[in-house]
Amino acid sequence: MYRSHILVCGGTGCTSSGSEQIISTLEQELAKNGLEKEVKVIKTGCFGLCALGPIMIVYPEGSFYSMVKSEDIPEIVSEHLLKGRIVKRLLYSETVTEDTVKSLNETDFYKKQHRVALKNCGVINPENIDEYIALDGYQALGKVLTEMKPQEVIEVIKESGLRGRGGGGFPTGLKWQFAAGNESDQKYVCCNADEGDPGAFMDRSVLEGDPHVLIEAMSIAGYAIGATKGYVYVRAEYPIAVKRLQIAINQAKEYGLLGQHIFGTDFCFDMELRLGAGAFVCGEETALMTSIEGHRGEPRPRPPFPAVKGLFGKPTILNNVETYANIPQIILKGASWFNSMGTEKSKGTKVFALGGKIHNTGLVEVPMGTTLREIIEEIGGGIPNGKKFKAAQTGGPSGGCIPAEMIDIKIDYDNLIAIGSMMGSGGLIVMDEDTCMVDIAKFFLEFTVDESCGKCAPCRIGTKRMYEMLSQICKGNATLEDLDKLEELCYEIKAGSLCGLGQTAPNPVLSTLKYYRHEYEAHVVDKKCPAGVCKDLLSFEIIADKCKGCTLCSRVCPVGAIQGTVKNPHSIDKSKCIKCGACIEKCRFDAIVKK
Amino acid sequence: MKSLAELQAIRDKMKNSMNVRDDNGNKIRVVVGMATCGIAAGARPVLNGFTEEVAKRNLDNVTVTQTGCIGICQYEPVVEVYTPDGEKTTYVKMTAEKVAKVVTDHLVNGKVVSEYTIGSVAK
Ligand SMILES: Cc1cc2nc3c(=O)[nH]c(=O)nc-3n(C[C@H](O)[C@H](O)[C@H](O)COP(=O)(O)O)c2cc1C
Ligand code: SF4
Ligand code: SF4
Ligand code: SF4
Ligand code: FES
Ligand code: FES
Repeated sequence: MYRSHILVCGGTGCTSSGSEQIISTLEQELAKNGLEKEVKVIKTGCFGLCALGPIMIVYPEGSFYSMVKSEDIPEIVSEHLLKGRIVKRLLYSETVTEDTVKSLNETDFYKKQHRVALKNCGVINPENIDEYIALDGYQALGKVLTEMKPQEVIEVIKESGLRGRGGGGFPTGLKWQFAAGNESDQKYVCCNADEGDPGAFMDRSVLEGDPHVLIEAMSIAGYAIGATKGYVYVRAEYPIAVKRLQIAINQAKEYGLLGQHIFGTDFCFDMELRLGAGAFVCGEETALMTSIEGHRGEPRPRPPFPAVKGLFGKPTILNNVETYANIPQIILKGASWFNSMGTEKSKGTKVFALGGKIHNTGLVEVPMGTTLREIIEEIGGGIPNGKKFKAAQTGGPSGGCIPAEMIDIKIDYDNLIAIGSMMGSGGLIVMDEDTCMVDIAKFFLEFTVDESCGKCAPCRIGTKRMYEMLSQICKGNATLEDLDKLEELCYEIKAGSLCGLGQTAPNPVLSTLKYYRHEYEAHVVDKKCPAGVCKDLLSFEIIADKCKGCTLCSRVCPVGAIQGTVKNPHSIDKSKCIKCGACIEKCRFDAIVKK
Repeated sequence: MKSLAELQAIRDKMKNSMNVRDDNGNKIRVVVGMATCGIAAGARPVLNGFTEEVAKRNLDNVTVTQTGCIGICQYEPVVEVYTPDGEKTTYVKMTAEKVAKVVTDHLVNGKVVSEYTIGSVAK
């Protein structure tokens, strides 16, 4: 029996900021003080506040220490653990008010969140199946196997209103129903843990922080549709996730929670991992299954849909990690518990990876229908450096931008589609006034061009042409007719592409053209980039009245483009300037401007 | 895993040991003074005594923690018990032997062991 538990984040973010080192120092210090039998150290998955890592929480007090360094550990051990004096200077500042220390759950970052899919992340030791079981793990599997018929399971999922969290938002229960309805000697359950969207890491966090939930949910799905075998397709770039998932599978097998006659019933289910090489298109369902079969991951036309002819030609369902993470709780708490959260057509919660120009970057889980304003201002803590909010990009390369005027939009599948964006896997990138929308569109197109598998021409050639046109706009070499051509091309690519990658690739362009056409026009007509990003359209100038002649700028200029003598106004030779921006950062008198 | 009962047994056993991590306010808190003089006076066996006793009896509504200087060195080891209703009881000159009685009478049955409290000792 331990009187105190210390949870140290072992997610990818905190691991890269040094949590392994923290854990080993902690263990040494505890041993040195004879506390190893009183205080237990637990490595968890991501807490969601990765920007503050390495992160640790000391229980029972619930003290939340952030940005902990190895040097701080002796103090935490001798003060907090030995003498019970919380080391205030290391506490996450949000939890410290004038005279009291708040618990993490009361901070702005967590207060509005509602954790369903992330329930166990940062709470349990993902490498210990007993901890998962302690928090009702495998109860739902036990319940369906001993008390429910497969069709009853499907009914509960249908009634819950759960929709796929992998992007499209297809009703999960319906998908299961289709697969259940097809007779076959063999069926499969697959999990899409490819997570190719740039900026998204919610699936990785579930795999790292709560791997057993996936095993439990996939087994339930297997029972519901009549499958005996599951595959998790996870990208090889997620080594921590792969390792914990493998440990979890091994433990589940040892306990007989995977394998033959689970809970003494007739149900047998087994699972395997398949590692992907990290191609975005392999997240597309038909490509993913082709890849599991051992072929090159290229999409194929649908129908036939996987529920009819999927993996190895057999009926198959494929769901996203986060989709699965909801399943056990729906079984245990009921469909009406789940569908009481969210909006009319989007039930439950959604995890977002909050990034870009925002204070609290990290993972947040909120009920569907939470407004963008609540996410950005309350949970995210607003935009840093007093800048103005300009837009939020959702859905990654398949999505689009939500302009500032729409900050009160309630986020759910249908509202996002209605304004030309998409839920996608849940990347949410916040942009401030210094972001150029044409440049953003170009960024996503560059990604698509790289990731197109090349099987069909509209996507292979069309996205490349789009990228080139955007580059010309950014250089000031385009005309208004080119903008119309670009738009036309978008619709052609959407209509002509074989798979979702090509069909959605134009979305970032279309949505920025829709809401920020004036910005495109400024590039084309005035040859200006209003946000001051597109280098070819910028020029650096020194305002003579403001320049004090301190010479700092001319000393940092890498190409010697700045002339001037001490105490006299300097000037920039535009023909030499390479627009690196070094001078503007150095000048303490705001005398240099980019136009 | 042959049956649900087997799973339940693992759950119940583990649940208790993970209780420490759940920080809701509806718990009895046992706080042991662990500043230098407390440790010197023997607070550590007292602290461990509480942890063990609480575990043995599966008291999942009790957390045991420690604190620094309470300011009454002559009475160490000092233990404060906070109940959810906001009441505080201060036990003084605690020993490992006294722990069991405090656990049974106070933590389980809600009866303060008045002969160990600061009020009766100070007289
Ligand atoms: C190009 C492309 C990439 C995709 N990448 C992913 C991915 O990384 N993860 C994911 O879950 N779904 C991805 N999807 C969606 C899947 O094809 C599929 O719809 C989803 O995994 C189904 O699960 P769900 O119903 O639980 O959302 C992608 C789709 C396309 C077209
Ligand atoms: S749309 Fe693009 S990614 Fe999809 S099959 Fe065609 S070329 Fe490949
Ligand atoms: S932007 Fe760079 S190259 Fe141009 S003047 Fe400033 S320092 Fe020199
Ligand atoms: S750094 Fe600013 S103030 Fe100094 S010489 Fe350059 S422009 Fe003038
Ligand atoms: S990885 Fe540690 S909080 Fe996210
Ligand atoms: S050090 Fe023991 S009461 Fe102050």
